[in-house]
Amino acid sequence: MEEREIIRIEGLTKRFPGKDGDVVALEGINLSVNAGEIFGIIGLSGAGKSTLVRCINLLERPTEGRVTVCGQELSMLKGKELREARRGIGMIFQQFNLLMQRTALENICFPLLLAGVGKRAAEARALELLEIVGLSEKRNAYPAQLSGGQKQRVAIARALANEPKVLLCDEATSALDPTTTRSILALLKEINANLGITVIVITHEMRVVEEICSRVAILDASHIVEMGRVEEIFKKPKTAAARRLLFPGGEQHAEIPAFGTKSQRMLRIVFDGMTPFEPVIANMVLACGAPVNILFANTRAIEGKTVGQMVVQLPEAQDAVSRIEAYLNTQNVHYEEVADHVF
Amino acid sequence: MFSEEMLNLFGEGTLETFYMVLTSTLLAYLIGLPLGVLLVVSDKDGIHPMPIINRVLGVIINLLRSAPFLILLVALTPVTRAIVGTTLGSTATIVPLVIGSAPFIARMVESSIKEVDRGVIEAAQSMGASTMQIVLRVMLPEAKPSLLVGAAIAITTILGYSAMAGFVGGGGLGTIAVNYGVYRYQTDVMLVTLAMLVIIVQLFQELGMRIATRIDKRRK
Repeated sequence: MEEREIIRIEGLTKRFPGKDGDVVALEGINLSVNAGEIFGIIGLSGAGKSTLVRCINLLERPTEGRVTVCGQELSMLKGKELREARRGIGMIFQQFNLLMQRTALENICFPLLLAGVGKRAAEARALELLEIVGLSEKRNAYPAQLSGGQKQRVAIARALANEPKVLLCDEATSALDPTTTRSILALLKEINANLGITVIVITHEMRVVEEICSRVAILDASHIVEMGRVEEIFKKPKTAAARRLLFPGGEQHAEIPAFGTKSQRMLRIVFDGMTPFEPVIANMVLACGAPVNILFANTRAIEGKTVGQMVVQLPEAQDAVSRIEAYLNTQNVHYEEVADHVF
Repeated sequence: MFSEEMLNLFGEGTLETFYMVLTSTLLAYLIGLPLGVLLVVSDKDGIHPMPIINRVLGVIINLLRSAPFLILLVALTPVTRAIVGTTLGSTATIVPLVIGSAPFIARMVESSIKEVDRGVIEAAQSMGASTMQIVLRVMLPEAKPSLLVGAAIAITTILGYSAMAGFVGGGGLGTIAVNYGVYRYQTDVMLVTLAMLVIIVQLFQELGMRIATRIDKRRK
C-alpha cells in the first residue's frame, strides 16, 4: 500500500509569553504522519506533548511553522474555516471532558448538533456509535453514573460522530487502570483498522506505544529527539531520553554495579525477537567459560515478537571479555557497551 | 387580634412584595446574566479575550457594588422618576432594585460559569464550536445547578433590599413595617411583617436549592 501523508508539521515552534521572557514549549518540530497509521508521541511530563497535539487542531496556535492536515494548511485558517476543519479531527482527553449535565447519548449527539445535523438524524448516528463502542445499554446514563473506561468509550464515540479522518488521543488512558487501558487501546486499534481513521496517541507510557503504535516520535525538552518504527527504537534507542522512557527505573538499576569494581565493563545485550527460545546468556557462559553478572533484564512482547534487553557485567580478565564479544558476534546478537551508570 | 383592615393590608403588602421581588429579579437577570457571561468570555484566559471591555465592565460593576443599597435608592430618585414617573410605590422601587442587584447578579453568574471544567470547553472547541455555541450549549447548561443556587441567593437579597425601600415609601411589607412598626410603635405589626419576610426567604431559598439539587446530574 502506498503511504499517503495525512498530517505534516513543518518547523513548528510554540512559545508562551512568561514573566521572565518567553517560555519555549516546542521548537523546530518536523513530523509527518501517514494515513491509516497509529502514530505515538511519547515524552515525560513537561516535554511539550500536550502542546504538540493541540497544535495539530490549532487549539494552540503555533508561534512559527506550518501544520497541514488532510492537505489543508490549518495554521493559515481562522474563525469559521478553522472551526469547520476541526470537525474532521476528533479528539479525546485524559479527563474525558464529557458534558456532565447530558446523557451518554446526548453527549454523542452534541458535536452533530453543533454541526447543524437534525436531532433525529443525530440520535440515529449516536446510537450506531454507542454500538461501536459497546455501550448501547448505557445510552441514558449520565457521565457521573459511568466508570472511567465507560466515560472514555462515550468520549471516543463522541469524537467519531462527525466522521473524522484523524483521532487525537491526549493521554487518553492515563487516568485508567491497566485492564481498562488495554480494552480502550484495543478499541482504538479496532477503530483504526475498521474505519481507517489515523490515530495520534500522546502518552508518557511506553506500554501504550508498544501495544498499538506502528511508529513513534520521542519528545524531550521541546524537541523530537528520535522518530521511527517502534521496534527499531526499542532495539536501538539512540538517545538517553529514549532509554529513560523505554526502561523506566533504569536509574535505580544503575546503583547495582556497586558490588563490582569500576574497571569491569558492562554490556547491554538486545534481543530483537530473532532468537526467542535460545538461552543466549547461558550458552555464552558455557561456551566462553567465563561468568557474567546480570545487572538488569527486561523483556516484553512487541507486535508478537519477544523483545528485550539485558545488562551484564563482564569479567575482569581481558581474554574472557574478548571471547564473550566474539561469541556474541557469531550469534548475531546486538550489543553495546554501557557507559557509566546509564542503561 | 388584627382588624380585617389590617389583615387586608398584610395580604396586599405580601402580594406587592412578591410583585416587586419577582419582577426585579427577572429584570436584573436580563441585565446581569449577559454581563456575567461577558465577564467570563472576555477574560484574558476566556474563550474570546477582550481585555479592555473586560476591565471597563469590571470597574463599572465594582463601582455599583460598592454603593450601599439605601444610598443608591436615594441617589437614583431622578432616574426612577424619569422611568416610572413617580418615586413612590412598588413599581417605582423596581428601578433601584434592578440597578442595585444586576451587578451583584453579574458577579454570581460569573463565578457559576467559571466553575465549568475548562476541559469540557476545550472539548467543545475541538469539535468546532463557536463562541456563541459554547456559551449557549456548554457554559450555561453545565452551570445550571450553580446558577440556580445563585438565583436563590439573589432573590433573597433582593427581598431584603425591597424591605429597605419601605423607608422611602417603596411599598410592600417593608412599608408596612416602617409605617406601623417604626413610626407608630406597633410592635405586633412589626413582628408579623418580619415573620412574613422570614417565611418568604425560607420559601425561595428552599425552593431554589431543591430544584438545583434535582436537576444536577453530577451526583447520582
